[in-house]
Amino acid sequence: MTIEERRKERLDRGIKVRTDGIYAIMSLRELSYLTVPRLVLIVGLLILPLVMPSMYWQRVISIVCIYSLLALSFDFLAHFLGLVSLGGAFFIGTGGYIAAILNTSFGFPPIFTIPISTLLGAVICTLLLLPCLPLRGVYFAIVTLMYPLVLARIIEALNVLGGTDGIYGVASFANRWIEQYFVILMVLLFLFGMRRLVNLDIGLVFRAVKDNDQAVRASGMSITFYKAIAVFIASAMGCLGGACLVHIYMWSGISQFALDFSIIPIAATVIGGAGTLVGPVLGCFILVPINELLRAFGTFRILIYSLILVAFIILRSEGIMVYGQRKYHQFERWVKI
Amino acid sequence: MDILIYGTINSIALAIMALGFALVYGISRVPNFAHGALYVVCGFVTWSLLRGLGLNYLVSIILAMIITGVIGALIYQFVLIRVRGMAISEIIASYAIGLAILEGFRWWGFKGMTYTLPVFVEGSINIGDIPVDLHRVVIVGICAAVVAFLWLFTHYTRIGLALRGMAQDERAALMLGIDSDFMAVVAMAFGSMLAGLAAVLLLPLGNIVVEAGYNVLILAIAVCIVGGLGSWMGAVIAAFLIGFAQILTVAYWGAHYQMVVALLAIIFTLILKPSGLFGRQKELEERV
Amino acid sequence: MNNQPILQVQETTKAFGGVIAVNRLSLDVNEGEIVGIIGPNGSGKTTLINCITGFIKMTSGKIFFRGKNITGKPAHKIADMGITRTFQIMRPYYSLPCYKNLVIPLFSPRAKRTGGWRGGGKLGDRDTVGIDILEEIGFERDSFVPYKVASTLPTGYLKRLELARCLALKPEIIICDEIFSGLSMSEIASMVPLIERLQMDGITLIMIEHRLRELFRVANRVMVLNFGEKVIEGNPEEIMADEKVKEVYFGSEEVEEVMSHA
Repeated sequence: MTIEERRKERLDRGIKVRTDGIYAIMSLRELSYLTVPRLVLIVGLLILPLVMPSMYWQRVISIVCIYSLLALSFDFLAHFLGLVSLGGAFFIGTGGYIAAILNTSFGFPPIFTIPISTLLGAVICTLLLLPCLPLRGVYFAIVTLMYPLVLARIIEALNVLGGTDGIYGVASFANRWIEQYFVILMVLLFLFGMRRLVNLDIGLVFRAVKDNDQAVRASGMSITFYKAIAVFIASAMGCLGGACLVHIYMWSGISQFALDFSIIPIAATVIGGAGTLVGPVLGCFILVPINELLRAFGTFRILIYSLILVAFIILRSEGIMVYGQRKYHQFERWVKI
Repeated sequence: MDILIYGTINSIALAIMALGFALVYGISRVPNFAHGALYVVCGFVTWSLLRGLGLNYLVSIILAMIITGVIGALIYQFVLIRVRGMAISEIIASYAIGLAILEGFRWWGFKGMTYTLPVFVEGSINIGDIPVDLHRVVIVGICAAVVAFLWLFTHYTRIGLALRGMAQDERAALMLGIDSDFMAVVAMAFGSMLAGLAAVLLLPLGNIVVEAGYNVLILAIAVCIVGGLGSWMGAVIAAFLIGFAQILTVAYWGAHYQMVVALLAIIFTLILKPSGLFGRQKELEERV
Repeated sequence: MNNQPILQVQETTKAFGGVIAVNRLSLDVNEGEIVGIIGPNGSGKTTLINCITGFIKMTSGKIFFRGKNITGKPAHKIADMGITRTFQIMRPYYSLPCYKNLVIPLFSPRAKRTGGWRGGGKLGDRDTVGIDILEEIGFERDSFVPYKVASTLPTGYLKRLELARCLALKPEIIICDEIFSGLSMSEIASMVPLIERLQMDGITLIMIEHRLRELFRVANRVMVLNFGEKVIEGNPEEIMADEKVKEVYFGSEEVEEVMSHA
């Protein structure tokens, strides 16, 4: 009589303790179970510019990273605060124009314009969004939808800030390696930073505001204040992306208020896995190269994304990363009895 | 005097743009971000029927409005119903569909020549001593008739009363045997037809361009917020407020400030009286 | 300890359109007492609480807390002053574990000001403090219960969690909205000592209740509401004997039973 001498066992059996999120690590192998995916991500991103075949693709990587910042901000606002931002373009445009003005009218080099426009842009965006923060989520969606559309029209109609031509002659980064690695580092910084933030105490307050804002009020905290902090962080990410964008393209115009920047973060989040913060970044890596390739076909590509987005939403698909995380925790291996 | 006339015309135009959005939101609580898209759809379908198939103008208009209504109903039935109740997904879904339609048109529909619809009646009359296009006068007349019809419909017919019931309290309506899903589809169909009506009334004044879709969406939302999301009366009154404000701005500052007025109207409303003119207080406070 | 009531509600009225939910209601609450508010459904009890705590704007009337006028202040400011409440429809943060639920009130400005919990520093580690509070409120220490996600807990624990959320703010007044509802007799029996201990710690309690027998055991004073108006006010014995109260609850079997045991 032979007894089966091995059985299948989940990889995380020894590691995961009674509750979600608490791990007991006792060996290098178990440590690697947790850290390898993260290392793959970090190393992969850092190597990426080195392996890209041409300058065109290197630029695409930078653009992907800028979209990733937007997608991170969308996911953060939507799934940890319940605020759906339909106008990522608003943040990009604000950051971009401020950087362009600082550079062309005041002569600041990128090393100054980027931090200043990130912070100043975040302040401006938060102030402009402030009126709708005490209200229900629908108002935030409406107002973020409107701002890029209206601002674009106002700039066009009043012919300020360069009007339809935009602002030319914005300085670029010192060299193209800085250009790429800066945005990549920013993405990594914010990605891991946000993942940490949502588990800190203040992150819990954010999630509570989404879960049950009346209880937060009853605990003596102003939900408008905390929403404002979250919007500040999210718009800082977007404005940073916008500032980097104008320095990459050396130009700032109303096309930054375009719909690409509004729809792709949403599509990337839904496809990549909402709520994971990594998923949107992954979604951008998928969508943005396709977007650049399809540019030749005009706005057909936006039609496609929108339809894919609708399909994902209707089918309540969880997204790639959520599925992936689930499956990763379910990997099994053979273990001797 | 001319401010009065142009103001009225502008206001009525805004009102007819906004009514469809207000209707859908008031009844099913879904913000129909595809409103602008449906506007453009109707314009395009009318044009195709009229110039492409050579049908009679009136027939084209009626057919196009019906088709738009059907499209709206289908959007609700196949997409929005599945995400009903999940606020985030509702918003994203209706926004994505609106984008899909509008950008799809930008890519496929409008190419080459300019697309126009003919006005209903040529010529102009003089009110006081200001010449006004007859078409614009007709618009005012039709809109007034539509508002009156809507009022009568929602007060005296069964379906209309059911719609009002749903707008007030969905659960109570459900308990009274009103099928809220079906009513929401009806509301969406009506809202889409109103968007279509706005299109056939207003598009002859210019060209059919995709940008109009976004403009209509912005203006409709602005009017609805000022009037109070979900209030039909509020939408009409807000349309007049914003309409006159826009005309006054044009008169004293210049035509290109119109959009600024819409934006400022929204911001002021949200700061001062978030529920709008006639919004219901309950909207903003949850039942604790 | 002066004689001024800690909370004074003066002529509060709240009308929702044509429906007058609370009609010129006045109430004084003295420091350290337990006041019960009873009345049939729809008599305006929860609306009154919402008005006092700032969740709803009153149509008219004034509210004073320690002599300061707090009429019209926003809800979070009123909570910040020390008037906390529980909710009739329980609302823990379902997606978070129990002890993390307490991190949010501990993060509030009031908790940071009053401080004083164990754990060192101004507030210590909020996770540890959260577990401490849960132990005070009756969760067993060293069990897995505080670590469970709030959505998996039974009602008895969730009610205590609501109270814990109030306690984290070191409140002066706790307003309990039907905290005994949905609990079994034994669960209530174990909550009553907790309520009494809160009173001994100096907290003033206002309790809206339907479970009259248990309420009458702890309350110092009881106020009866009907159709938004105060019918009568007094200590439990007076209330139980009163004819008007019987009219208000006419037909209610439970009250009949309580009355017959008076």
